[in-house]
Amino acid sequence: MDARVKPADDDNDCRAIQLHCIRLLDASRDERLLLLCAGHPVCKKERALKSLPKLDRYWLLLVPVVILLGVFYLYPLVRVLLLSVTDPEVGVGNFERLIIYHGPRRVMFNTFRICAITTVISVSVAYLLACVMVHAPPRRRRIMLALVLLTLWISVLVRAFAWLILLDDNGVVNNTLRAMGLISQPLALVRNETGVLIGMVHYLLPYAVLPLIAAMQSIDPALIRASHSLGAGRVRTFLSIFVPLTLPGIAAAAVIVFVFSLGFFITPSILGGGRVVMLAEYVSVTVLEELRWGFAAAQAVVLLVLTFLVLGIAGKLLGARRILPS
Amino acid sequence: MKRVDWTTLPFRVLGWMVLVFLAAPMLVVFPVSVTPNRWISLPSGGISFSHYAAVFGSPDWLSAIGQSVVIATATMVVAVAIGTATAITAWRMAGHWIIPALRVLVLLPLIVPTVVSALGMYRVWVDFGIFDSWAGIIIAHTILATPFVFLTVSASLTNTDRRIEQASRTLGAGAFRTAWAVLVPAARPGILAGAVFAFITSWDEIVVTMFVTARHIFTLPRMIFEEIHDNLDPAVAAVSAMMMLVTVAVAAVLLWRDLRGTPAASEKP
Repeated sequence: MDARVKPADDDNDCRAIQLHCIRLLDASRDERLLLLCAGHPVCKKERALKSLPKLDRYWLLLVPVVILLGVFYLYPLVRVLLLSVTDPEVGVGNFERLIIYHGPRRVMFNTFRICAITTVISVSVAYLLACVMVHAPPRRRRIMLALVLLTLWISVLVRAFAWLILLDDNGVVNNTLRAMGLISQPLALVRNETGVLIGMVHYLLPYAVLPLIAAMQSIDPALIRASHSLGAGRVRTFLSIFVPLTLPGIAAAAVIVFVFSLGFFITPSILGGGRVVMLAEYVSVTVLEELRWGFAAAQAVVLLVLTFLVLGIAGKLLGARRILPS
Repeated sequence: MKRVDWTTLPFRVLGWMVLVFLAAPMLVVFPVSVTPNRWISLPSGGISFSHYAAVFGSPDWLSAIGQSVVIATATMVVAVAIGTATAITAWRMAGHWIIPALRVLVLLPLIVPTVVSALGMYRVWVDFGIFDSWAGIIIAHTILATPFVFLTVSASLTNTDRRIEQASRTLGAGAFRTAWAVLVPAARPGILAGAVFAFITSWDEIVVTMFVTARHIFTLPRMIFEEIHDNLDPAVAAVSAMMMLVTVAVAAVLLWRDLRGTPAASEKP
């Protein structure tokens, strides 16, 4: 607010402004500034006013966060990412290895494919659920929302473990299907890509539902009524009014799911049974087991660039507000 | 008389099936944890709490639970302090050029894939001499938890009248006193929600933990992860059930407050 005090047009008001300025400085309890201001001619008031917010004690509240994130986060991040071009030797050798060799190329391709499939399934299923939820009576909607939000809170480990129990060869799903006589051989539902996809969709579904609900609730009901009164049936109204109006929500949901799925580690590691390796797990294997820092750092750079690329494109298309929580 | 809407019925049924899919893990862990068998199975012919007894009789599990509680509590306290201070400054100084940059910095650990953050910490933690130490794991978790506190406190402050801050300053209170006596109480719901988020973030954290700890620090999620990889023991189901109970109980308190606050009148048919 201090910086926004408008200097008066009339020079006669200068004295009043100086007094006001001194009062503000007094409130900030910075004696040096007070002396500075008192000793200066009135015409210097603007400088004093401008420098005031910069010296506000509120800035001191940022000291802990700057130390925490500067020393313990940014510095390590920058240092390790630099390893990608300095370890074991200076150059882009690590990135070349990432492209030339079959192993890492397959991991990257797998990651990309799994993320894409997860995104499509999650957003489609979430769209259906969000649709049902916004059209449900308030009470029922609240119960549904509570269920969706509750699953958001459950540990990724516990969920992966639960899916392992459910989908195993002797798991609940296979045993039930066998008991019903629908199958004779157990379906291979886990320790393969199917299991990874089920686990990932389950984790990411709530993240897709929330932006879709927000988009659907912001639709003006008058538009739907107008469409009906102009003779369009339910299907036509849905397809040519409702769906187009939710497109920003669909895009936001897709971006959130895709970006989150890129960094998935625990779910593929447990439900993939070692057969489905995604980039995040590959990074950890490269470092913790092979100790190849430079190569792992190169993979981290790829992950990071992909993440920011998707977020950047989405930000351009949708406006950053929709993607980043504010 | 209520008319059944037959055209949308299939969709509503599908919607509820999706909800069952979402709830499935919650529904299966509890019965498996009380199976009388020594392998993973649904209980047949009676239930038994022997797997819970096994967990509470095992020094390894107890130590892991204890460590996780200490780490999550410490993370919560530090993250709430730092996140709240940051959110208050960001709110008060809104409009200053540095605030958008600050927001990006604070939210960065949320956006960067966790494994990338973990990689950086692993390397530097060794240099700093905090690898596999209490300080190291608490700092690592605090970095991951602070963005949540920042977001919830910021959300709480959005609707705070800026004049109450000005009033406090005019009445002679300094910046710190105003922050503590005026803005912290104003942001209380956000601080509470942030504290819960911070606790659960640390309580569930596994990726960074795997990188910055070895033998000395061995948290509950690490123990579960190793157990799942080694052998599928119903003891894991018992632990999972307890973890879920804690999470759901904590989340339910928050949700109940939130959802109760939703005015039914504003909902449109």
